[in-house]
Amino acid sequence: MKSEMDNFKFRNKKTAERIVKKINEADVEMSFMHVCGTHQDTLVRFGLEQMLNEAGITIRQGPGCPVCVTTPREIEEVLVLAREGITITAYGDMINVPGEKSSLSKARREGAKVKVVYSVDDAVKIAKKIAEPVVFMSVGFETTTPSIASMIKKGAPQNFFILPCHRLVPPALKAIMEMGEIKLDGLIEPGHVSTIIGMEPYIPLSKKYGIPQVIAGFEPLDLLMGIYMLIRQVKEGRADVENEYTRVVRREGNPKALQVMYEVFEPVDIQWRGFPTIPGSGLKIREKYIDHDAREEFKDILEPLKEKDFGERKGCLCGEVLRALKEPEDCPLFGKRCTPKNPMGPCMVSREGGCNIRYRFSPHPVGESA
Amino acid sequence: MCLAVPGKVMEVDGDEALIDFGGVTRKANISLVEASEGEYVIVHAGYAIQKLDEKEAKESLDAWEEIMELGSQM
Repeated sequence: MKSEMDNFKFRNKKTAERIVKKINEADVEMSFMHVCGTHQDTLVRFGLEQMLNEAGITIRQGPGCPVCVTTPREIEEVLVLAREGITITAYGDMINVPGEKSSLSKARREGAKVKVVYSVDDAVKIAKKIAEPVVFMSVGFETTTPSIASMIKKGAPQNFFILPCHRLVPPALKAIMEMGEIKLDGLIEPGHVSTIIGMEPYIPLSKKYGIPQVIAGFEPLDLLMGIYMLIRQVKEGRADVENEYTRVVRREGNPKALQVMYEVFEPVDIQWRGFPTIPGSGLKIREKYIDHDAREEFKDILEPLKEKDFGERKGCLCGEVLRALKEPEDCPLFGKRCTPKNPMGPCMVSREGGCNIRYRFSPHPVGESA
Repeated sequence: MCLAVPGKVMEVDGDEALIDFGGVTRKANISLVEASEGEYVIVHAGYAIQKLDEKEAKESLDAWEEIMELGSQM
């Protein structure tokens, strides 16, 4: 039966074939980067990656997974709180990310109160049922952050705190361009981050670095068309910000969401896993809402972590994978010591992580099944 | 993480709405958008983050044809 939702499914095979033919006819060798786990999922799930490779197009995955870019320090912070007996709420992916020695799921097996939630509203519902403090490990890009801000602004219960681990995408793109470690012909911008931030924040990148950018949606046709639009820009010698995902992304983004996000949070310099500190790429709670900041409420408990250094697990190439310098298969742990059931790094934990996606859709998975 | 799903607003109750995701219904918070019954929204982690433009969706494919026609000359 045809669903009303079909108008929003962009999966027509004939159109796909037509775009791929056009990409082939362009006869180019180009390399593009996206920064979104959902893009990576579409690319691999629908076999677009291989189709594009054959047409001379290489797609690299940048740091597009909020769970993956969360640092070992942030994971250690939440673990310290969990070990103190504080109730922790987190998205499902987050609880399996290994810190230096443990993870939230391991802490839960050892008796810590760790609960998986689907949204911040679920975490607040838990806080309303108990008198003790509840901490929400708040990860996410611009897509997610307005919902958290909206909840805090509306008036969360007094025993509800967030541990802000938010990241902003445009400063990270700028950092990648500045680092210049890889040659890129264009950027595929994340459709749902762009739903919130709109097109403007990308413009300085095109101006300063001469890089073509296209905001793309997540259906197979969206990505193919986005890539075709990038090729066209390169061929025509343009470096513009174009929008393929017009059915969702408006030029101005979602002003209401942006307004609430910046009313509750302010930008701060922050480290990303695999990257040095990126200026203005994180968010902290503004003074007005500090009563809901777990780092403020539990600063005595978290104090000892301040002076500590946290390293990556030995042999894990997550950092290089996130900087698009290495492919998952380049890592000696991939599919051997590191699998979705026994992940050594966050890129194998999250269903948005490059290693996890490659492993799940691999025709001949090494070792255990995904 | 940034996965978002399109759905149709069935009932609005303050900040909450009942959304039909093509047969499966679920509640979502609509405080970040101004959506009313019968409109389409895209939902991420329990929150509608934008209204969907049905007309734009239908017109996208025609617009692409045009882009590809123009691209023939590149």
